[in-house]
Amino acid sequence: MLELKNVSWTAEDGTDILENVSFVVPENRFVVITGPNGGGKTTTAKIIAGLMPPTSGQILFNGTDITQLDATERAKAGIGYAFQQPVRFKGITVRELIEMAAGEQMDDGKICHALTEVGLCANDYADREVNASLSGGEIKRIEIVTVLARHTELSVFDEPEAGIDLWSFTNLIEIFTRHREERKGSMLIVSHQERLLNIADEIIVIANGKVTKQGSRDEILPTLFTEDKACNACPRREREAL
Amino acid sequence: MPALEEKERHYNMNDITKALLKEVSGMDGEPGEGVAYNIREDSTCAGRQSSRDIKITPKKDKPGIDITIDPGTRSESVYIPACVTKSAVSDVAYNDFFVGDNADVTIVAGCGVNADGHEDAQHNGIHRFFIGKNARVVYLEKHIGIGKGDGKRIINPETYVEMDENSYMEMNTTQIRGVDSTRRNTEAKLAANAKLIIRERLMTDGMQEAETRFKVEMNGEDSSVDLVSRSVARGESVQTLYSNIEGNAKCSGHSECDAIIMDRGKVNAIPGLLANNLDAALIHEAAIGKIAGEQILKLKTLGLTEKEAEEKIVNGFLK
Repeated sequence: MLELKNVSWTAEDGTDILENVSFVVPENRFVVITGPNGGGKTTTAKIIAGLMPPTSGQILFNGTDITQLDATERAKAGIGYAFQQPVRFKGITVRELIEMAAGEQMDDGKICHALTEVGLCANDYADREVNASLSGGEIKRIEIVTVLARHTELSVFDEPEAGIDLWSFTNLIEIFTRHREERKGSMLIVSHQERLLNIADEIIVIANGKVTKQGSRDEILPTLFTEDKACNACPRREREAL
Repeated sequence: MPALEEKERHYNMNDITKALLKEVSGMDGEPGEGVAYNIREDSTCAGRQSSRDIKITPKKDKPGIDITIDPGTRSESVYIPACVTKSAVSDVAYNDFFVGDNADVTIVAGCGVNADGHEDAQHNGIHRFFIGKNARVVYLEKHIGIGKGDGKRIINPETYVEMDENSYMEMNTTQIRGVDSTRRNTEAKLAANAKLIIRERLMTDGMQEAETRFKVEMNGEDSSVDLVSRSVARGESVQTLYSNIEGNAKCSGHSECDAIIMDRGKVNAIPGLLANNLDAALIHEAAIGKIAGEQILKLKTLGLTEKEAEEKIVNGFLK
């Protein structure tokens, strides 16, 4: 359904952030992109959502080349995107933001249903502004609602676990597990979390701007936590070597 | 429902007044029986009615009215919109509100100005509020300018408020369309335990100019003010916002000035905090900037175009 072909992105200072990234997200699959910080995962997610154009390469969605489409056009084509750091708006309420996402006015019942899905009570949240008064966990859940409310064929989540507390995290895993079971579209999730990796159909590892591994969960997961992660310049390692 | 006690006169309003009234005060036709109102049209009275608890009487020495709200009035509204419907009218009105102790009222005071020719259309409303002990007032004021004439649409409101002990006032003022030039001045003096909430919404466009000044003196123990001004400057428009809070007793004051600048709009925010008492707690926050790129991007990922996203952000901000 989604295919990246040799996608590269070079920063203004000439640093190559992504180099020839290629992978496929099949229909109704739950795919997790993982890898070290600074490896290019978020850049990949942003390029898929149309927040930034690739320097080279091609993006296909349901067989159509969407490389030149901007974020609005990709959203209309059926791609949803949840920000790693959700954006806040003075004056716009939770209800209004969800309605913008759904593209329709929603009655109390629908708003309640949408918020309940992420463990929030509509009475407490629907009329609150999406501003700095919301905690990190609260706004993260609302961000997820705005993506789920769109019912897109492909939903991209950039580190949904970032900045949320343990209780919210447990809730978050439940949301993704439920959606995985319902299979109402594909999910592409950028994450470091083992519990999300555990429910993935497929895992893609991006490191140093390249896809270093991709395959089924059973194939990739056992290889992720076995490698020596210690820094080569680690003083302890140097001492032990003496 | 208060019984109708007095209905001085009622004239036919012209169509422009009807259109303006609907915009500024939500009035669609004549208010019902028992509702206190005064409609001012091109410096004359186009309709007036007192209620049992709210008396409206014209001033004898100058243009304007006295609005006397009886002590203990419960949950009643009074409408006092003013309209200038043509160019070459420069209207001044002095309106005094005497709000009795323990009263609870909503005052709707919109102003609409229509310039249809080369000359300016102007309304200067000078409002004074004397709010009694334990009284509660919600004041709603919406200003708009319309008309295709090249004369300027000018509104210069002045508001003076004296709040007695334990009184509460909420002022919601909005001016978001069509007014070419405005100078707003609002001053308030608060006695013990008085609480003042101010919410100002302002948008300018084209070559419009707006200056708004607030001066709040907290003179009584445990008085408080929360002043939030949000504005958008588009086109070539220029705004200057002064907010001065003075703490002369144990009190708490908060002022916040948020502005979005678009196109080549300019905003100058000048806050002032003066603490004359050791127990005065005063805070000011100010932020001016263009719409954050991330905000536009977020709404684009929901399927909105850039223009739609901007409108949603501005409308929400000024709501």
